[in-house]
Amino acid sequence: MAAAGPSVFLLMVNGQVESAQFPEYDDLYCKYCFVYGQDWAPTAGLEEGISQITCKSQDVRRALVWNFPIDITFKSTNPYGWPQIVLSVYGPDVFGNDVIRGYGVAHVPLSPGSTSVCENICFRHKRTIPMFVPESTSKLQKFTSWFMGRRPEYTDPKVVAQGEGREVTRVRSQGFVTLLFNVVTKDMRKLGYDTGPPDTHGILGPSPPQGLPG
Amino acid sequence: MNPQEEKVKIITEEFIENDEDADVGRQKTSRVQRRKRKKQLPTAGPDEMVSEKSHLGDQQEPGHEDPNADARPLSMPTRRGPRSLPPIPSASRTGFAEFSMRERMREKLQAARSKAESALLQEIPTPRPRRLRSPSEKELETEFGTEPGGKIQTTQQEDDSQSYSRVKFRDSVRKIKSKTPVPPGFPSAEEAYNFFTFNFDPEPEESEEKPKAKNRDGANQEEGEGEEEEAPVPEGIDKTDEEVLLDDKDAVDFLLGLDRGAEDIVAVRPADYESVHIRLQKEKELLFIPSRRTVPTYKKLPENVQPRFLEDEGLYIGARLEVPRTNQNIMENRLLMQEPGRRWFGDDGRILALPNPIKPFPSRPLVLTQEQDIKAELETLYKKLQALRNAVQVSLNPAKTPKSLDTTRRAINEYKSEIRQTRKLRDIEQEKDRTLLKTIIKVWKEMKSLREFQRFTNTPLKLVLRKEKVDQKADEEAYEAEIQAEISELLEEHREEYEQRMDEYRSAHQQWKAWKKAQRTKKKKKKQGVEEHPDDEMEEPYPEEDPVKPVPPEPTNQAVIEQEVRERAAQSRRRPGEPMLVPELSLAGSVTPNDQCPRVEVLRREDVKRRSVYLKVLFNDKEVSRTNSRPLGADFRVHFGQIFNLQIVNWPESLTLQVYETVGHSGTTLLAEVFLPIPETTVVTGRAPLEEVEFSSNQHVTLDHEGVGSGVPFSFEADGSNQLTLMTSGKVSNSVSWAIGENGIPLIPPLSQQNIGFRSALKRADAISSIGTSGLTDMKKLAKWAAESKLDPNDPNNAPLMQLILVATSGESYVPDFFRLEQLQQEFNFVSDEELNRSKRFRLLRLRSQEVPEFRNYKQIPVYDREIMEKVFQDYEKRLRDRNVIETKDHIDTHRAIVAKYLQQVRESVINRFLIAKHHFLLADLIVEEEVPNISILGLRLFKLAEQKRPLRPRRKGRKKVTVQNLSDGDIKLLVNIIRAYDIPVRKPITSKFQQPPRSSRTFSEKQAASPTTHSPTHSADYPLSQVLVRPFVEVSFQRTICHTTTADGPNPSWNEELELPFRAPNGDYSTTSLQSVKDDVFINIFDEVLYDVLEDDRERASGIHTRIERHWLGCVKIPFSTIYFQAKIDGTFKIDTPPVLLGYSKERSVVAERGFDPVRSLSEGSYITLFITMEPQLVPGESVREKTSDMLKKFDSQEDEKLLQATEKFQAECALKFPNRQCLTTVIDISGKTVFITRYLKPLNPPQELLNAYPNNPQATAELVARYVSLIPFLPDTVSFAGICDLWSTSDQFLDLLAGDEEEHAVLLCNYFLSLGKKAWLMMGNAIPEGPTAYVLTREQSHYLIWNPCSGHFYGQFDTFCPLKSVGCLIGPDNIWFNIQRHDSPLRINFDITKPKLWKSFFSRSLPYPGLSSVQPEELIYQRTDKAAAAELQDRIEKILKEKIMDWRPRHLTRWNRYCTSTLRHFLPLLERSQGEDVEDDHRAELLKQLGDYRFSGFPLHMPYSELKPLIEAVYSTGVHNIDVPNVEFALAVYIHPYPKNVLSVWIYVASLIRNR
Repeated sequence: MAAAGPSVFLLMVNGQVESAQFPEYDDLYCKYCFVYGQDWAPTAGLEEGISQITCKSQDVRRALVWNFPIDITFKSTNPYGWPQIVLSVYGPDVFGNDVIRGYGVAHVPLSPGSTSVCENICFRHKRTIPMFVPESTSKLQKFTSWFMGRRPEYTDPKVVAQGEGREVTRVRSQGFVTLLFNVVTKDMRKLGYDTGPPDTHGILGPSPPQGLPG
Repeated sequence: MNPQEEKVKIITEEFIENDEDADVGRQKTSRVQRRKRKKQLPTAGPDEMVSEKSHLGDQQEPGHEDPNADARPLSMPTRRGPRSLPPIPSASRTGFAEFSMRERMREKLQAARSKAESALLQEIPTPRPRRLRSPSEKELETEFGTEPGGKIQTTQQEDDSQSYSRVKFRDSVRKIKSKTPVPPGFPSAEEAYNFFTFNFDPEPEESEEKPKAKNRDGANQEEGEGEEEEAPVPEGIDKTDEEVLLDDKDAVDFLLGLDRGAEDIVAVRPADYESVHIRLQKEKELLFIPSRRTVPTYKKLPENVQPRFLEDEGLYIGARLEVPRTNQNIMENRLLMQEPGRRWFGDDGRILALPNPIKPFPSRPLVLTQEQDIKAELETLYKKLQALRNAVQVSLNPAKTPKSLDTTRRAINEYKSEIRQTRKLRDIEQEKDRTLLKTIIKVWKEMKSLREFQRFTNTPLKLVLRKEKVDQKADEEAYEAEIQAEISELLEEHREEYEQRMDEYRSAHQQWKAWKKAQRTKKKKKKQGVEEHPDDEMEEPYPEEDPVKPVPPEPTNQAVIEQEVRERAAQSRRRPGEPMLVPELSLAGSVTPNDQCPRVEVLRREDVKRRSVYLKVLFNDKEVSRTNSRPLGADFRVHFGQIFNLQIVNWPESLTLQVYETVGHSGTTLLAEVFLPIPETTVVTGRAPLEEVEFSSNQHVTLDHEGVGSGVPFSFEADGSNQLTLMTSGKVSNSVSWAIGENGIPLIPPLSQQNIGFRSALKRADAISSIGTSGLTDMKKLAKWAAESKLDPNDPNNAPLMQLILVATSGESYVPDFFRLEQLQQEFNFVSDEELNRSKRFRLLRLRSQEVPEFRNYKQIPVYDREIMEKVFQDYEKRLRDRNVIETKDHIDTHRAIVAKYLQQVRESVINRFLIAKHHFLLADLIVEEEVPNISILGLRLFKLAEQKRPLRPRRKGRKKVTVQNLSDGDIKLLVNIIRAYDIPVRKPITSKFQQPPRSSRTFSEKQAASPTTHSPTHSADYPLSQVLVRPFVEVSFQRTICHTTTADGPNPSWNEELELPFRAPNGDYSTTSLQSVKDDVFINIFDEVLYDVLEDDRERASGIHTRIERHWLGCVKIPFSTIYFQAKIDGTFKIDTPPVLLGYSKERSVVAERGFDPVRSLSEGSYITLFITMEPQLVPGESVREKTSDMLKKFDSQEDEKLLQATEKFQAECALKFPNRQCLTTVIDISGKTVFITRYLKPLNPPQELLNAYPNNPQATAELVARYVSLIPFLPDTVSFAGICDLWSTSDQFLDLLAGDEEEHAVLLCNYFLSLGKKAWLMMGNAIPEGPTAYVLTREQSHYLIWNPCSGHFYGQFDTFCPLKSVGCLIGPDNIWFNIQRHDSPLRINFDITKPKLWKSFFSRSLPYPGLSSVQPEELIYQRTDKAAAAELQDRIEKILKEKIMDWRPRHLTRWNRYCTSTLRHFLPLLERSQGEDVEDDHRAELLKQLGDYRFSGFPLHMPYSELKPLIEAVYSTGVHNIDVPNVEFALAVYIHPYPKNVLSVWIYVASLIRNR
């Protein structure tokens, strides 16, 4: 079977959780994990990570910089369930309890490409993810959760990567996290998936996707 | 004061017109002039005056005049004269005229101001004038009567009171002021004199003029001028004299006043007070408060104009903005007040709020084109009429009609009505035709007159009316014939009608007559009656109820009809003999050449030449091509002659032509857009006719030459009347068609989309989908909806919808009987359906997404079909295939096979329901949120703050629960803590009764007993009762992983060991549902470790030890994993399930000595083990899912009374509030998913007669036997079978049919049996170990209560410490439910007296009495006797299978079967069944020993209910009998099945291993 060509395609993602904008909070740390479909499997790298605690910069930007690296390789047979990165940011509240400051999710970029450090080339895979937290169900609950430092949290941060069941929740937006991705894919085109932008096509040129090989 | 102003104008005009009147009007003029001067004053006067005036207020006006008047004389002294002197006669006419003109202008400018002034002059004179005027007043009185004077005086007096002082003061100031600007020396007495005379002159004049005006009744003043003007003249003269007199005096006063000025200025007056009244009055003058009342429409419209409602005319005007009525009224009132010109109001008398749908400019009527259409229509109508008439004629002729009379008549009737219709239509058309002809002629005439007027001709258009001579006579005849035909038809019609009516009349008359007759007889009777009782004479009873005597219908009058017909004919038809006029339009006329035209016309023609026109072609709103720019011809024609070929890709939606005009080299302007229809598919090139489409633009063009322009009114007539407004308009001749391809096939859109009209309408009407798709499927319904919802058909927004309805209802277009939601679905389909079905990969993907169990967690579906093995689907396909095939391989017994299948199906359906429910999330599934703490928790928390960090007595802290998402294999461990055991059976000193075993076979421990290394005292051989010790250890097996503890000593060992067993979820799926459906059990087996010395040679004993370890099974405890999962932990002491006969072991006798010390233990028999089992990490049980689905299931329909259901909810809520942990059950769900009240399940039901007959005299024994019978029905937990979804309660007969059920079913059946046995029995809901929430049965014996475990058949006393039931939630009887509201819920500590309402809260009480619910249980249970032969056969099969299994489990050893022993055992087993495993041990052992004397025997009987083969095999396996690997071991296995009624089978398996003693 190996002679007939690849039977999986590979997706390599590296990049970093660069920084965040949380105007009201300080001393935050961030967790990330990947959510992917059943046909996906990580082959190398870390699926989850937790960053250091960062304080706000003293300049006007008030940025919270982590520069926390991401490096993972997936293999898959099916683009369905394309990996998503789920971010959750935590930080201390007034009483010093660690509480959730934001959940966010973004798909790993579909098209290969890298962020350029050079200023005048566009940052193709720079993502700014708006973050949100679940809201308390009532004012009283809100108060008690604030008072006791037990804010409502998702049972699992991966919930934010799924659409199912979200209708029962209410969230509030707060802050942004900036992510940088560099994406390399292997054998995707050979399996009939064309994700690249037209300018990176190389010699082959745009070939119509053959559906799925029979 | 309009009259005054007007008069002034008029008078001045008079001067212009007739100078001969100058002398007569001299006096007049002087007066006029004076007044004029006065009116000029404000303009001429210095600015300061104006400003002063404005802020002094209106009252001051009279005073004002004075200085102004002062200023005037300087500039116009000469004209001042005439007042005292006669006017200068030399004043020329022209000059005067000019002067008067100027005056007029000024007057116009000052109209408003002077109006106000004069009004005030009249009303509020200064105090001084009053004084001065007194003489004139008198005079006025004499001359004109008191009327004006009185009026003035009253007003004066009113005003004086308040204004006097102020006015006076100001006056004096002004006087001084007015003096100042005058150059010194100039003012004189004369000046002053003038001043004052000027001022007060007008007053009387005004007053006299006013009445004059009144006298004239406001009529035309010009009329009475000559005469009536005379009257005031002498008066004026008199007055001037008088004025002189007065003014002299005045002058003196004035001079004096000057001196007094200072005092006047400083005069101190009390503060002014204005009463509210007055202020209001003044405010009323100043302020305008618009009324809120509705303004009548006539005020808002021009006079004599009816409001016009455009909606009624069928125009769409849109919906007005919602404005409150009052606001609207206020606005209207304000507008009416502010701007009397009604330009804010529309034709309907409302404020203009919407764009006017009516173009202000009429577009050109197109006269000539319509002609042709109408002509054609007429022709067809005529023909039709003729044909119909003929048809009637023919059919009326009976000889010619072969048809039956009936059909003919009907046909005739139809024809006739058709004739009528056609006639009507024809008449209408004819009339149209005539009027058209008339208009044509009129237009032509107009054109001709215009040409004549202009003296040139622009267009070669020429209309020739061709008269067709007609034969007078023939024509007349034809005309007459036509009329006659019509008359006869009408007559016939009328006759028919008449006859019909006559019939009616006749019947009515008949009736009436009958009634009359009856009446008469009645009357007669009455008369007689009246005669008898003359007193009650009365009128005819109910005269009004008499049927009216029917009037016979009038016969039709032929003359009248003829008259009518003739009139109509005269109106609409050409008169006979009148020549037929055929208008013919030709272009034969001559155009006047340029040089003969006037200049403006030449200009126009040049301008026309400069203009050119081109067209853009737009397809689907995109420009696709454009024509060349062509100049406009002199006759305004442009010939393009271009053909555009359009290859279209998209569905044609619209085709538009845009007409652009270019003037010279300047830019282009879009004149108009012409929308062309998409051609029908039948219209192909070559067949398409040229069509003319009109267009018109609303552009405004004004030209500086003779050209008409656009949107500008102009007139054809010389006198400028009859204005017309023409717009730029025109026609585009075009033809649109589908092309024909090379092979002659028209290139029309594909056939499937041929229905252009409908489809395109459909496409455009996307809004329709919002109505609901069902509307589209039924056009009639849609139309009905549109009619009902009163859609405005004129609203452009509704246009597509209306069009659609129109198309659909007209029936012209084909309405498909389907509606395609996604029209483009096919184009967007990923692959075709066939391919989708063929591909293995797609199939796999689909099955996975459907969550088919086999594929639910399939990872990494291969990319290529070829990589997918066919066997992947095999299991699935097999399952599908087997769904309906009953397989007997595993089940042996067909009945059970059927049941198993049935259960499987129920399970599948429930799981499917559950899968749906799984995708229904609750907040708690997604978000972890702390509950709102109540005060006690808060208090505890606060208290905790002060708590010691390391307390002396630490409390157990709850572990963190882990959600199941991120778990994988190996993450979860099962922790089993084996603490201790009680009353383990001990070995029996076998040797005591028989001869000593050979040395070599003595047990190792016995050997060891004397050795000094042994620490246990019980080991000593000289133990008083020669106690043989037992060395038990515990082996825990779970999912085929086995762990065991160390070996402890003695019958009451304490291990205190923690065993860790890994847990693997099925398929690696750690979701809640998957965990819930784990069926594995945890087996806790207790073994005795026996060491045998196998040293063959005694000589070696000194140098080595050679022993064999044997383990003897003592008993086991089985705990299902699901229980652990739901309970999170299991902590307690459990009865060890020991076999009834344990050869070589005994309990009672050996521990007699100990028993005395342990009273608690003595209460119960058997061995016990204390365990603590939990999982690490703790998993969140999927309880929420369960509740949720039960909520969902609750919504299933119920046949219970709504009130009852409400009561149950209330009851449950109340109970849950008090004791949230206690189980309270009121309603359950039956097997069909309906909610049923729980007491309906309880009803006395007869147990099998066989059981009752067993112990006729011993009710207790009977009860036990019944309990045993019930316990023999296999147990199948709901939680496993239905994956934690819900409890489904089956009725007892269903339960017996299924032969499987969980605690509830067992308990219900047992309870029902007990009830039928006459016991007091209740269903008891509570928590037990290890089952968790479960159901037990409580019975009341004479003095005590018994608690029955329905699944095991055991019973316990209320105070038995080893009773597995740990808490009691509620009791359920056949007619009530009692909830435990005592402090404790342990059965040891509660009172079961349900009559005490303080202890037991009952569901039905006095407030809600028991309604007498019928039971869901059957009347009687019918038991079939079980086929004994089948049981025997089954018995043999089981034995065979088990033997094979044991051999399989010993692959490396030879398994020998001791037949002799087996047969012995087989005989023994029925005994065990009979005695229920009691009191047979000794006999049995004795017998065995007798027969198998030279064998060392270890073995035991197992007893279990029969459901399937697998549990039997498992049980045998778990005993570990097969593990013996002594080379010369022999085995014995016997199976006995005892059949009970209803196919309940009790299975006994005796397994034993034998080792021959040497």
